[in-house]
Amino acid sequence: MIKFITIISTFLVFAFGSANADPKKVGFIYIGPPGDHGWTYMHDVGRQYMESQLGDSITSTYIENVPENADAVRAIRKLADSGHDLIFTTSFNYMDQTHEVAKDFPDIKFEHATGYIQADNVATYSARFYEGRMIEGHIAGHMSKTGTIGYIASFPIPEVVRGINAFYLAAAKINPDIKMKIIWVFTWYDPGKEADAANTLINQGADIIVQHTDTYAPCQAAQKAGVYAFGQASNQEAFCPDAHLTSIEDIWGPYYAERAKAVVDGTWSSGDTWDGMDKGMVVMSPYNTKLMPTDLIQEAVNMEVGIKDGTLHPFTGPIYNQAGELVVPEGEVAPDGMLLGMNFYVQGIDGEVPQ
Amino acid sequence: MSVDLILGILQIVLIATTPLVFAGIGELVTEKSGVLNLGVEGMMLVGAVTAFVTLVITGSYFFAFFISLLSGVVMSGLFAFLVLFLMSNQIATGLALTIFGIGLSSMLGKEYIGTPINGLSPWFFVIFSFVIVFLVSYFFYKTKMGLILRAVGESHNSAHALGYSVIKIRFLSILFGGSMCALAGSYISICYAPMWQEGMTAGRGWIALALVVFATWKPERVLIGAYIFGGVTILQMNLQALGLRFPGQFFSMAPYLATIVVLVLISSNRLRIKLSAPASLTLPFYKGR
Repeated sequence: MIKFITIISTFLVFAFGSANADPKKVGFIYIGPPGDHGWTYMHDVGRQYMESQLGDSITSTYIENVPENADAVRAIRKLADSGHDLIFTTSFNYMDQTHEVAKDFPDIKFEHATGYIQADNVATYSARFYEGRMIEGHIAGHMSKTGTIGYIASFPIPEVVRGINAFYLAAAKINPDIKMKIIWVFTWYDPGKEADAANTLINQGADIIVQHTDTYAPCQAAQKAGVYAFGQASNQEAFCPDAHLTSIEDIWGPYYAERAKAVVDGTWSSGDTWDGMDKGMVVMSPYNTKLMPTDLIQEAVNMEVGIKDGTLHPFTGPIYNQAGELVVPEGEVAPDGMLLGMNFYVQGIDGEVPQ
Repeated sequence: MSVDLILGILQIVLIATTPLVFAGIGELVTEKSGVLNLGVEGMMLVGAVTAFVTLVITGSYFFAFFISLLSGVVMSGLFAFLVLFLMSNQIATGLALTIFGIGLSSMLGKEYIGTPINGLSPWFFVIFSFVIVFLVSYFFYKTKMGLILRAVGESHNSAHALGYSVIKIRFLSILFGGSMCALAGSYISICYAPMWQEGMTAGRGWIALALVVFATWKPERVLIGAYIFGGVTILQMNLQALGLRFPGQFFSMAPYLATIVVLVLISSNRLRIKLSAPASLTLPFYKGR
């Protein structure tokens, strides 16, 4: 019995000691496995970058495969209960759960990815992926021979709709007759279904596959069918070298390092961050030199420069909605508010956004 | 609509539906013997990961499928041991098997996520899935062994009184079901979407379970049901891509809705006999009572 008590008290001392010890604890909630080579993978790369930058001043942990339901509350609470100082919840639909837990732990800082509601201890952050979609659209406008683009969309949320519009606007500038075929699969993650959608689009004449889902199954399907594809979230060239034109990469590391450092220094404050290519949060994978002509690659690189210095914006007027109403006047760019709530297709895209 | 387009759609439907047929027919045989194994999803995942890892290590497709089938036998053998010999509750044990399979497959595959492989052509398996359904149908309704298996599922006490080994027959049925689920899983990770990703079966095991009920425990109807479930998914994708307005969410839930309708029909007792649900399903068998 005495031995038992000794063990327990030793354990308690350790637990207590580590909670008060110097390194700050940073926790992450992941929607998928870090090995998905997509969304979660890039968050984990960011986490590792943060660790490498801050060294001994922090430690970090993550919980993977957390569903976007009440389970998320439990997972977030678990991190909060175990003495974490900063918690990143890395999917849009963790929004309510993050706020629910944050209310009970005013001293812990929370960061919710792609969200739009802040609190005193909840900051939000996201990346302007649509800047990358613009470049993809431009490339597709040049590379598509059939003039038909196949787009695999996940859920009808503004982030996805914005990507579709940015892509189409850029593609239509090159080829006004370009057609978008869009399939909503209502999942972020189902390799089989993503491959089915890609094959369906190819079967209907699409010769470029764009995806807003998390695995590289669509790119593989494109490779098999001999058409082109854009990867998603991370560089997927290794899986489909003869199809992969480029990917939009999400680079979270510097942001995570900056925010964790702020917690260490005690300077953290809530806010909303929406960075793009200029801050290096959105990066294009190396363009495929085997498949793309040199001058097209040069054009894409020039567009990157333009987006970075602000001379180029994916949503520059005039932009019309499907009803033909002018939503962004000539010479202006769409305000962030419109982009954040975007739930309509621009003129030229067939079909309707599912409600 | 051109002929090419329709042929293309047909191809995609065949490729997408095959894993449902394998898992569905395996579970059907298990249930016909009077055992409900809810571990389909778990066994599929373990089958998928073992096939993938074996392929990466040995480079041999034959070994990949062989080891995968073996994993199905081991997983379902574990289940069979628990429910047949230790008399554990079939539903709880099956659910535990799924949870175990999800965890085990994640663990086994950790180092192999994102390893590129060359996928195998699916056509052999597509044809094989039809063959296996007709073999099972023939076995059930044209052979004595099939009759005995069904008798065990209907009334294990009667079968036992006639001198048949209920435990042995159920054990073999469970093993067959397990290996079919593993085959479904390996087909997914080697042919359908050649990769390993955690949880990549994405609920197909549950659809297979629903399928057996939907098919009212008839082999040919498993095939028909699978193609209705699979076909509807692909069809709605095609309609979407053609720009037609479509409630995609509705079609995601259609298989489950159809199953609930069938379940409601079955809950009337007289129909139940007609619909050939095994009467001893989920009932434990105690020898000597």
